[in-house]
Amino acid sequence: MDMAVRSARVALVGNPNSGKTALFNALTGAHQKVANYAGVTVERKEGFIRGGEGRTMSVLDLPGTYSLRARSPDEEVTRDAVLGRLAGETPPDVIVCVADATNLRLVLRLVLELKAVGRPMVLALNMYDIAQRQGLRIDLERLSAELGLPIVTTVATRRRGVDDLVAAVEAAAGAWSPGAEMAWTAPDAAALRGAAREAERIMKACVQPPERPDTLTGRIDSVLLHPVGGLVILMALLFVMFQAVFTWATPLMDGIEGLLAGLGAWVATVMPDGIWQSLIVDGLISGVGSVLVFLPQILILFLFIILLEDFGYMARAAFLMDRIMGGAGLHGRAFIPLLSSFACAIPGVMAARVIDSKRDRLTTVMVAPLMTCSARIPVYTLIIAAFIPNRTVWGFANMQGLVMFGLYAAGILSALVVSFVIRRVFWRGAVEPFMMELPAYKTPDLRSVGFNLWLRARIFLERAGRIILPLMVLIWVLSTFPYPPEGATGPAIDYSFAGRLGHALEPVFAPIGFNWQMVIALIPGMAAREVAVAALGTVYAIADPESATSLLGVTLAAQWSLATGLAFLAWYIFAPQCVATLGVVKRELNSWKWMWVMVAYMFGLAYLAAFVTYRAAVALGGG
Amino acid sequence: MSDTIRLSQARRGDRGVIVQVGGHCHHDEHALELERRLLELGFVEGARVELLHEGLLGRDPIAMKVDDMRVALRRHEAAGLTVRVEPAASGAAAAVEAARVPA
Repeated sequence: MDMAVRSARVALVGNPNSGKTALFNALTGAHQKVANYAGVTVERKEGFIRGGEGRTMSVLDLPGTYSLRARSPDEEVTRDAVLGRLAGETPPDVIVCVADATNLRLVLRLVLELKAVGRPMVLALNMYDIAQRQGLRIDLERLSAELGLPIVTTVATRRRGVDDLVAAVEAAAGAWSPGAEMAWTAPDAAALRGAAREAERIMKACVQPPERPDTLTGRIDSVLLHPVGGLVILMALLFVMFQAVFTWATPLMDGIEGLLAGLGAWVATVMPDGIWQSLIVDGLISGVGSVLVFLPQILILFLFIILLEDFGYMARAAFLMDRIMGGAGLHGRAFIPLLSSFACAIPGVMAARVIDSKRDRLTTVMVAPLMTCSARIPVYTLIIAAFIPNRTVWGFANMQGLVMFGLYAAGILSALVVSFVIRRVFWRGAVEPFMMELPAYKTPDLRSVGFNLWLRARIFLERAGRIILPLMVLIWVLSTFPYPPEGATGPAIDYSFAGRLGHALEPVFAPIGFNWQMVIALIPGMAAREVAVAALGTVYAIADPESATSLLGVTLAAQWSLATGLAFLAWYIFAPQCVATLGVVKRELNSWKWMWVMVAYMFGLAYLAAFVTYRAAVALGGG
Repeated sequence: MSDTIRLSQARRGDRGVIVQVGGHCHHDEHALELERRLLELGFVEGARVELLHEGLLGRDPIAMKVDDMRVALRRHEAAGLTVRVEPAASGAAAAVEAARVPA
């Protein structure tokens, strides 16, 4: 009776690209918990399902792998979770091995390896609809008998076979008597060959080759992997992506801005004038609003990344970029973490776990924050809107979009240079292998794209709520207290804590053209880059009440010289102003030293770039 | 008769069967690990391979068809694989053939 009361624990294991996460989403829906494993920063995705008789089951989505013989931290988690070696984790009661039904060979070898673990297991043949469309015939009974496992066919994207899978898992959990020891030793080459032969024999016995094999992937690849054409398409894709971020998002951003302005005006009418109204209107609404307004741009960027990933393009991009990035000392696999860093350096740094080699991984982590993350977008947009004319050049390109493209390019270029230097200065060792599967192209499933996008939006909003909101209050306090003395003539913020700190640090930043208001904005901006925008809003709104209703950009355009604006942009390409990223870097590399190296080199580059930009712009008459 | 070449010498369009994975000269830990990883990705003796695409710089990396899946790898790693190239193939196999014929 124990088993019936205790909730069963299920682990999903499978090759990369087997649709494992889609199946996880289909199984658990919105009942998911995303956290980290204790001690490691591998994302731990757990979900809950209700089985028969009201019993709940917890489902763990483990990182994809070809073998339990783990090479990367991600794969180590899969191995340790399956073997019950993870601290604070109970071993799974049932293993569900998820297989792409159209690509069985490698996963059959993994199944044979997993069987040695000695846990009850169910094989889920996912993407079964594609297999049927191709006319691939799988003798399920024979396959089940050969492997000694129950087999369920599923189509995760259509939620087909999910109930059967739950039933099979329950049956497997119930039939098993706990207590058996888990046995697994890393297979050597001979064992791998033996298992591969066995998998091949089972394939021949149970699977008939498809009548209508997928020729589309080959045809698409002959275009997308063309040595020259493929690269041109990749660059064009990135260009379209960044133009879209700026043109599509505008109406949505205007809408959010209008909504928040209305909210602020309404609060101002219902609340009495005074300190609390100031806190809510100037501190909270304008502060959080100035960050919230960038949600559309961030979602558009993520939409592109998720679509390209689901389509199967990311592995192709890694293929196209491997040699080019290799010239700079980066691994082709670094392309995916670095591309993710365009959204946020934190998932980027964490995605570097797919790189097996410690050195390649370190290099990737060190340069990931140079990629223009979405938190820089608010800063860039604000300054560009204030200083760069909004007009069309060369007949098709938007000038503001071009400057933005330039800023992104500067980030990429500097990342290549820095990684080249890291490789030259710190090591010139053996080159690590580059091997990856190029998955068959698939039409992205809109439901799962929407689900992932919603997940991203939730993470961003939580971040805005938890980190930015308290910081806004802190800035408001710093820039409001103490009050100016009776009969003071200057703006009130001049006398506040923030004003004093800004004035104290001003000489350090004067050579690069920064005024004290900017220095004040940089202080809370250490927590997160986009906070600087809100801080500038607070600083200028308080310093000059007349401008509170006008746009911050207009204020900046009036108060800053062009050279100062450009120097601020240059500073933001490099400055490591994100405490969360630094924390993740420390954890991922398990080293304070490398974190401080990152802080030092990025601040150094930021100061240098801002200095050069400011001096050059002044010399050219922009002062 | 067909000839065996290292996969790293293959050219676009070459196809054949893997006859040996790893096992060339050095037997250090690095080479053994590479052999195991190649095996795990489906590069086993008897697998049919075809070189589908080459990168821009130095024709590197290469995209292979291995049985019914596609894998990308660098020529450096491909050197660990010996392939018996089919006679109809072009490129390197033809070059090997030509080299065998006394001038």
